[in-house]
Amino acid sequence: MTQRFAPDRPAHIGQPHLRRNALRHLAGRGAYVSDLALPRMVHAAFLRSPMAHGRITALDLDEARAAPGVIAVYSAADLNPMCQGWTGVLSHFAGMTSPAQSILADQEVLWVGHPVAMVIARTRAEAEDACEKILLDIDDLPAVAGFAPALDPDMPAAAEASASNLCFRAELKTEGAAAAFDGAALVVEGEWRFGRHTAVTLEPRAVVADYDPASGQLTVHHGTQTPFQFQDVYARQFGLPDNRVRVISPDVGGSFGMKLHLYHEEMATVAASLKLHRPVRFVADRLESFTSDIHARDHKVKARMALDGQGQVLAMEVLDRTLIGPYSTYPRTSVAEGNQVIRLMGAPYAMPDYHGVLEVLFQNKVQTSQYRAVGHPIAVQVTEALIDLAAEKLGLDPFEMRARNVVADDAYPCASATGYRFEKLSHQESLRRLRALMDYDGLRAEQAALREKGIHRGIGLATFVEITNPGAAFYGVGGARISAQDGAVVRLTPGGEAHCAISVTEQGQGTETIIAQIVADQLGLTPDQVKVVTGDTDATPSGGATWACRGAGIGGETALRAGRKLAEQLCRIAGAILQAAPESLALRGGAVVDAATGAERLALAELARIATYRPDTLPEGTDNSLSVAQHFAPQGYPFGFTNGVQAAWVEVDTETGLVKLLKHWVVEDCGRIINPLLVDEQIRGGVVQGLGAALYEECLYDDAGQLLNGSLADYLVPMAGEMPDILIGHVETPTEDTILGAKGVGEAGTAAAGAAVMNAVNDALRPFGARLCQTPMTPARILAALGIGPTERDETWN
Amino acid sequence: MKQALELQVNGEAVALMVEPRQTLADVLRDSLRLTGTHLGCEMGVCGACLVLLDGKPVHGCLTLAVQAQGCAVTTVEGLDASGEIADLQAEFHARNALQCGYCTPGMLMTAQALLKRGAVPDRAEIREALSGNFCRCTGYEAIVDAIAATAAKRGAA
Ligand code: FES
Ligand code: FES
Repeated sequence: MTQRFAPDRPAHIGQPHLRRNALRHLAGRGAYVSDLALPRMVHAAFLRSPMAHGRITALDLDEARAAPGVIAVYSAADLNPMCQGWTGVLSHFAGMTSPAQSILADQEVLWVGHPVAMVIARTRAEAEDACEKILLDIDDLPAVAGFAPALDPDMPAAAEASASNLCFRAELKTEGAAAAFDGAALVVEGEWRFGRHTAVTLEPRAVVADYDPASGQLTVHHGTQTPFQFQDVYARQFGLPDNRVRVISPDVGGSFGMKLHLYHEEMATVAASLKLHRPVRFVADRLESFTSDIHARDHKVKARMALDGQGQVLAMEVLDRTLIGPYSTYPRTSVAEGNQVIRLMGAPYAMPDYHGVLEVLFQNKVQTSQYRAVGHPIAVQVTEALIDLAAEKLGLDPFEMRARNVVADDAYPCASATGYRFEKLSHQESLRRLRALMDYDGLRAEQAALREKGIHRGIGLATFVEITNPGAAFYGVGGARISAQDGAVVRLTPGGEAHCAISVTEQGQGTETIIAQIVADQLGLTPDQVKVVTGDTDATPSGGATWACRGAGIGGETALRAGRKLAEQLCRIAGAILQAAPESLALRGGAVVDAATGAERLALAELARIATYRPDTLPEGTDNSLSVAQHFAPQGYPFGFTNGVQAAWVEVDTETGLVKLLKHWVVEDCGRIINPLLVDEQIRGGVVQGLGAALYEECLYDDAGQLLNGSLADYLVPMAGEMPDILIGHVETPTEDTILGAKGVGEAGTAAAGAAVMNAVNDALRPFGARLCQTPMTPARILAALGIGPTERDETWN
Repeated sequence: MKQALELQVNGEAVALMVEPRQTLADVLRDSLRLTGTHLGCEMGVCGACLVLLDGKPVHGCLTLAVQAQGCAVTTVEGLDASGEIADLQAEFHARNALQCGYCTPGMLMTAQALLKRGAVPDRAEIREALSGNFCRCTGYEAIVDAIAATAAKRGAA
């Protein structure tokens, strides 16, 4: 694999190159959509349903229309006819159903926060004031809020358009699953509840839509990961040609999957601009974020694991139920998370049999959908908890238990019992590295010594498999217009520098930096000589952009192939100028050199000058193009799986129920590492998001579907003071599917951090016979598990 | 009813009319177009809106613009231009202590205020000082490292 990198290419790939675009942020010169002010721009605010489910009986907009600063007030009757409805189903999720969505609530409101009316005013404050002048009457309908009502056959559906509260059911089963349980020496089981949480990007969702009727051009400045997806959505839903729709995603203040779904407010903002012929801005405030950004998780899982007498895992049986919203999200659906949960169960282990069932249920709360590490934390937490339970029953050390069961590093390629095909993973090597990195034996000794003193510390381990680099099998086959390919145009500028416009996007991960490193290596330049442009549908070729960890693997490969194509073209032009065979030339140090000797033949700046300003001096018939375009879609394996293992070291205060995170370790194998500095930061950030979900974050609702904690004062997020230092180690197993060999790394931290910390808490509590099965593991739940608090399973369980 | 407001912003005298309910953050962002000051929660818990008011960090989202009458306000743009946090910025950059950058101006404000207190803070003190600064992207660790490195260098100088 390594030798596929021609040695004549100086390696910036693999170096901790610094992010140039970080300097703008450090100077306060970021350019986010929420910063944008356009001439004649007006501001939107929404009147939202205060009830989880009801029927609108009166809506009077007159007083709002007369309020100071108000330009327009719209209801469903004004906006919905402008736009085709959208329905979040995909054909490869056989049998799934969802009601269609439209811009504003029409007759029926379906969750607390459902937009009913839109006010456009000179300022946001005036728009909000006018919202208060709208008269809205709603007759209550029964609200489906929680598992109990969603599973109650007598309960009406969350939306009148749905026949029942079952959105989707799926089942996976190997032939030997039942027999494996019958013949098992040991069966361990449990039930887990995963709370609902949300992305809480520091910059909320922001959109400025700007329609110019003179040119027929709609420009949408949209803080999203996926500008081309929204170009297509806006064009199709509003009936515009897609080349007249431009979506610009400048700096985005965090996304994590949340900003790639279609939201009512964004559609309303576009519709208002189409009506008003002027820029309309919507920026969610924090409460609006809590009541309209997608939420994630909200699963309840019942699972069993069968093992033989030696502790070898034979099979798992899983029932995953998840509560979404009243609709499935568009265009990725709300069932993809559950689908990944039931397929990722037991993934690191050589487990021959499996039986998994998924039930996705509607309810009257904010929609759930893809958020960082989709499904992974749930599958990993359940699997790893069962592995620990089995180890305890068998008297095996948790490390030994995992070492016995992970798929051997020399057993690839292979497939999981759930149907995933793995090219090459490195669980054994990762476990070995982790053991040394964390000084496992020393830590166990320390734990035992502290126990004597009444200090209860725990060690938790969690192996994981992460899905990255999805091909068209992910969404495209189901009919979604979500691109699995990416595109780049690379050119040599007249001054001899490089420019790369590419469809993958940047939200701070360092996409532009790694693309510059990769292109630089192909052209014999330094990364600083490569300007990278992203996030503008008018400026780059179209592509899927950055989600599900595709930036490095797919975007990187696109850039690599584009760079090589340009290098070949430049050698052809140089060959024509120098009367040399193009194959005898190479690019190094900003010049065309003799490939064999390295002697400089022609500076790139000179080549660019001749091709741009004196093409007349080139031999006749020479193609003087200094630009190439390249698209790339993954082929071969449908996903690029990565793997790793995490460990947590925690202390539990058994009197207060507080968990102190002392240290965290991650060993990760994301294939070829393009930039170790950026990879480590991705992993750390991901770990902290996973820890937030495990310990603090939860969208709390009452029985009537009212959100109880829609502010950053009430919804707890991980802060610097509580977070541990995170040590990271790497194993590098490049994929053979691409020249670059990179896979993704964005979900790895989040995938297993919660599992590691839950196992660590349970390890600390083992002498008390207490065990946590619900996230977040709040102090109250820990005390309840210890028998000190009220009850172990409070109303949030249901 | 709009009210006259006079203050110094990043060393420049500014006079403008504001509404009594407008926050300092809104006036900085919307009227003066100093968009380096960000808004994340508008209730004083995320730290994205921190600015210096007469040298002390305050939440731009909780401070009414009229409260800054006659005061000197420094935003991240001002700290950047004066060069006084160049070392801190360089340490943030070297460690990639930011991803999306939305929390960064507030982090720099907190860090600079902490560093100005004199004594070299240890990592736990730095983490504690950042207890009002939310970052969703990084793991905080690189931010702590960057501040610790700056503190050590300033302490040695
Ligand atoms: S916006 Fe001021 S503290 Fe969050
Ligand atoms: S870098 Fe994104 S919030 Fe801190």
